[in-house]
Amino acid sequence: MDLELFLQQLANAISLGSLYALLAIGYTMVYGILRLINFAHGDIFMFGTYMAFYMMTSFMLPWGAAFIIAIILTIAFGVLVEKAAYKPLRNSPRMSIMISAIGASFLIENLAIVVFGGRPKSLPVPDLFNRIIHIGNVSVVSITFITPIITMVALAILMFIVNKTKTGMAMRAVSKDYEAARLMGIDVNFIITFTFAIGSALAAIGGIMWGLKYPSLLPLMGVMPGLKCFIAAVIGGIGDIRGAVIGGFILGLIEIMLIAVFPELTGYRDAFAFVLLIVILLVKPTGIMGKNIAEKV
Amino acid sequence: MLRVENLNVHYGGIHALRGITLDVEEGKIISLIGANGAGKSTTLRTIMGLEKPSKGKIIYNGKEITGKQTKEIVKSNLVLVPEGRRVFTNLSVIENLILGSYIRNDAKEIQKDLDWVFELFPILKSRQEQKAGTMSGGEQQMLAVGRALMTKPKLLMMDEPSLGLAPLIVKNIIEIIKKINQEGVTILLIEQNAKASLEISDYAYVLETGEVFMEGKGMDLLNNEEVKKAYLGT
Repeated sequence: MDLELFLQQLANAISLGSLYALLAIGYTMVYGILRLINFAHGDIFMFGTYMAFYMMTSFMLPWGAAFIIAIILTIAFGVLVEKAAYKPLRNSPRMSIMISAIGASFLIENLAIVVFGGRPKSLPVPDLFNRIIHIGNVSVVSITFITPIITMVALAILMFIVNKTKTGMAMRAVSKDYEAARLMGIDVNFIITFTFAIGSALAAIGGIMWGLKYPSLLPLMGVMPGLKCFIAAVIGGIGDIRGAVIGGFILGLIEIMLIAVFPELTGYRDAFAFVLLIVILLVKPTGIMGKNIAEKV
Repeated sequence: MLRVENLNVHYGGIHALRGITLDVEEGKIISLIGANGAGKSTTLRTIMGLEKPSKGKIIYNGKEITGKQTKEIVKSNLVLVPEGRRVFTNLSVIENLILGSYIRNDAKEIQKDLDWVFELFPILKSRQEQKAGTMSGGEQQMLAVGRALMTKPKLLMMDEPSLGLAPLIVKNIIEIIKKINQEGVTILLIEQNAKASLEISDYAYVLETGEVFMEGKGMDLLNNEEVKKAYLGT
């Protein structure tokens, strides 16, 4: 592989990695607060992409407005999923909520087939995202650069919210101890809703960028990215936001580079993520950032 | 200030509280003593809205708060330091304290209270940036009390603040409870160390199997033969 091809693939890897990171954060945040794997997260991502599609085609909105409305609708959808599928089970055994998450996922996927149609839809890609940029002999589509930039901005905002605001502190407190948080007057249900809202917003951003890069929309398009990003969250150490970002980038990087170096393995692209999951679970089940802190009691 | 009337709580099939009635007078220190499972913690948890009573009334400052949401109860300046400290170990000391003021918007007063907490517990000031989980049990207990004080309570309830702490630190905690009380905060205290708590209490209730078995002034109970035998080990 020559240097140019390598750089091109590196750009692709970073771009894919940042998409994975955006989605992985949603898994990790919900897990951090509810100890629940939100199996419907990939479908929320799919929903965001479709919303952008309908805003641009049926409502003929300019892309900026279409994307913002799509993000808002996806937030509402994510919150709705939480209220309908998880909140009624707040005091139930964790297994019940997990089953409910799987059920929600199937329900959304099949509703999407009915409502959106099973045939692929094509997201119109605005010129800005579709330009070919030439740097030396390397040529890359502009979305490849835009994706990591938007991801970084989203991450910076997220880190600010989580680390610097009172609501962010409350989120971290709730993830540690529900009851102690309630005793501080924190509205735990609000914090959970807020967490789903953030996760859904990131999923929508990821979904739209995914659609701009791979503009073929399908009702089941969220399944594989969803599973992979869950893996990314586990690799990074589930519950840890930085871990999810690192896991996303690692997964994107390895996936792209593997195909670049061994093109004959392209067919195993998706399988590879699961191999990585198995390896991580064997070697370091808590993930990269996961720590077995010895806490004094 | 606080009146609990005929409070009954069921956990599944267990009748945990069987008609508890007690009064907390403003400015005083009131103790609940009794064996494990007597219903002390349940009483405080029910007052805070963490458990739902099946019968009975809780009246705070003339208003009924029975079955209200915990956040509303905290907003009415009633707070509980839960058993086992329960500080947010993943947050820094200062973040724990800031969360104590989560429901408040009076930035100036919050700063004042923060200074007061630091004055009561100088160790917290020097450890502000440290993660709460890395502190010793005694320090975590101080943080738990400090965090509760940041809600600006008029009535501070504490569940076993000295549990698992070294005798010297227990003494320290008891001194601080007295100090907080002198600043005008009413205290409702659960203590396994019955002697220490009766000594500083104006009034105390002895709970047994979900009922008030005896009540009286702290000093009177301290000299009561039955209490001596059952709880003071003399």
